[in-house]
Amino acid sequence: MTGSDTLLRVEGLTKAYPGVVANSEVGFSLRPGEVHALLGENGAGKSTLVKMIYGLVTPDSGRMVLSGQDFAPDRPATARRAGVAMVFQHFSLFDALTVAENVALGMEAPPPMRDLARRIRETSATYGLPLDPARIVGDLSAGERQRVEIIRCLLQDPKLLIMDEPTSVLTPQEVDILFKTLRKLSAEGTAILYISHKLEEIRTLCDHATILRRGKVVATCVPRDRTARELAELMVGAVLTPPARAATPKGEVMLEVTGLSAPSPIPFGTALKDIRLSVRKGEVLGIAGVAGNGQDELLLALNGELRSAPDALRIGGQPVGDKGPEARRLAGLVSAPEERLGHAAAPDMTLTENALLSGAIRQKLVRHGFIDWTKVRAFANTIIRDFDVRTPGTEVAARALSGGNLQKFVVGRELSQGSEVIVINQPTWGVDAAASAFIRQAILDRAAGGAAVVVISQDLDELLEIADSFAALNEGRLSPPRPVAGLTVEEIGLMMGGAHGMEVAHDAA
Amino acid sequence: MDIGGINLVTLLATLIVASVPILMAALGEMVVEKSGTLNLGVEGMMIMGAVTGFVVAVTTGNPVLGFLGGAAAGAAMAGLFALLTQVLLANQVASGLALTLFGLGLSSLMGQGWNGIRPPLTGDVPLGPLADIPVLGPILFSHDWMVYLSLILVVAIWWFLRATRAGLILRAVGESHEAAHALGYKVRRIRTGAILFGGAMAGMGGAYVSLVRVPQWTDGITSGAGWIALAIVVFASWKPWRVLMGAWLFGGISVLQLNLQAAGSRIPVEYLTMSPYIITILVLVLISSGRGRAMGAPADLGKTFHASH
Repeated sequence: MTGSDTLLRVEGLTKAYPGVVANSEVGFSLRPGEVHALLGENGAGKSTLVKMIYGLVTPDSGRMVLSGQDFAPDRPATARRAGVAMVFQHFSLFDALTVAENVALGMEAPPPMRDLARRIRETSATYGLPLDPARIVGDLSAGERQRVEIIRCLLQDPKLLIMDEPTSVLTPQEVDILFKTLRKLSAEGTAILYISHKLEEIRTLCDHATILRRGKVVATCVPRDRTARELAELMVGAVLTPPARAATPKGEVMLEVTGLSAPSPIPFGTALKDIRLSVRKGEVLGIAGVAGNGQDELLLALNGELRSAPDALRIGGQPVGDKGPEARRLAGLVSAPEERLGHAAAPDMTLTENALLSGAIRQKLVRHGFIDWTKVRAFANTIIRDFDVRTPGTEVAARALSGGNLQKFVVGRELSQGSEVIVINQPTWGVDAAASAFIRQAILDRAAGGAAVVVISQDLDELLEIADSFAALNEGRLSPPRPVAGLTVEEIGLMMGGAHGMEVAHDAA
Repeated sequence: MDIGGINLVTLLATLIVASVPILMAALGEMVVEKSGTLNLGVEGMMIMGAVTGFVVAVTTGNPVLGFLGGAAAGAAMAGLFALLTQVLLANQVASGLALTLFGLGLSSLMGQGWNGIRPPLTGDVPLGPLADIPVLGPILFSHDWMVYLSLILVVAIWWFLRATRAGLILRAVGESHEAAHALGYKVRRIRTGAILFGGAMAGMGGAYVSLVRVPQWTDGITSGAGWIALAIVVFASWKPWRVLMGAWLFGGISVLQLNLQAAGSRIPVEYLTMSPYIITILVLVLISSGRGRAMGAPADLGKTFHASH
């Protein structure tokens, strides 16, 4: 593959940060119209690599060739002019601005607003992604927000479109629509660099895959010719064992929520509407949903940061809907929120202090208003030992731990408190495969030990792996829980809200 | 036209003049806050503008140079704030408060020996027959050029924020610095620019106090106008036209208060003296309670931007 046949060639790209080499001698190449997957675990260096191509990060060494010319973008504007566009993992959108304004901000020389609005309507109809340019972005669903990003890219006729984990916020139906759009683009000659760790998606969509591990290219392959398991093992570099679960009999109802409604305390958040659920001893209830459909609010309502009517929430039969987090911990409910730094843990406090913050009540770490530091340290040490937290010691600031290790610590802290009800939001978000498997196993073990567990997650595979029953949040409403056994992906997609009322234009294609 | 011994035409004419310093400072601060920075040093920048403008105008005998000097002094103070918050990433609230205290002290030092002097006169703009129209003439058409400049700036800033690309980028930076950075906009550079503009505006407003409103130099001459400007930005929901309304309202209250005293009313002057600070406390509570977001505050107002890569 030389000359006009290659759109982008990357050779020996290296980028080091203090203490870590994010990319080391990375190389691959891409033809026009090719859908190329970059595959790897969290922290494998995928994001750094595409940020270098998009001009957000300057490589230490190595070179890139785009359409036969040397390509060294010093900032995103240069990359955009050269025909490289990027859809971000965490949306780069402005909530309080309109769709058209958001699109204009991502363009080099946007036309006047009226023309732009017309072009947004045209392009979005052509690619089956309808959008109203006058709407405020903060009011859009996750799927629609992603459309804004994609349209913003498409209006600049990119030669290369980079997509960083685009499907993590979509329902299965919305993923279908997106894939149709991407195939249409690829047929028109746009190359797509597709980052993901969802193996089945890559097998359906991508022509080639480059697999990264710890910043190095470890393999290249044609994903269609491999099984998902083979790809996963290439990615992790080890043989994976799925978590083991024993079929335990379910006991009496430990957590019961009836008719819980609450406005969202978060700006542009989703209000909870008439939530009903019940979880038995030994049961794991998995709650799915596209991001921003009330997950954060549900966690707040369950752990007591958001109060409701006393009878709306019962722990072991005791009404606690109007009680705060401490009273609920006493009643037997512990929780681990999604945001590790700042919500689950205080970033600048040590692990010992963080262990105290949530463990004080159930572990009786405070006596007559005085902290029993020996006991606290022992508790922190237990967590570190039992959950294999890699840290130099207990007196390290939470901020200093890697994401996966801190997650093991905060999940371990809650699971170690011997409580009857456990609520966890996104237990393995941003955690590598080995640590994820460990956390899932620990959750199953606690359920086997008789705890009622609620796991809120956007990772469907994770929920199907560990949950006994399954429900989905859609615009603040919870679908009636159903047993996991026998659920199809189609049904799950519909529970999550289908395509959020945005069916479209691909029928013509 | 007299109500309770107060002439309405004179009242309206004076309130327009009285509102100029607050209006200038509030417009500048609004642009700063739109870019996501909370500069509580408005009072300090204003008083530095007041003393510098006064000294320059008296020395050169030219009031226009005085206003430019005031703007330069305000911008210099703002530059200090920008250095602290955008380069050294210091806390914005603490830096802003320090800026005010620093400005009050430094202006007092610089102003020693300048007490009791009359600055050169800033004359009215000759609008000819317009000024002779009954009622409207004295209210609208017999003011100095700073009054008209401040009104033009209301329109200009409204148009800039609403219709220009630069204005859109400024709003975007205040809305989400992370997203703006990801799109390749220079967050700190844009914010620094806004901060300097805000400082220049506050400085000009301050110079107006010492050159036109009072007109002379005494310590603490701005007497809380900067705090009122800060409060107006919030109560105006970060909208230029409402800033104008707010400035007129507060200008009106201060004029009315003087007129009431002259007319023999007995509202203690201390209430007005303490009002800017009470209002500021209310504003800070509003911003930090999260209610500000619902009122239209920029989402990243007051947050320090720390580039992650």
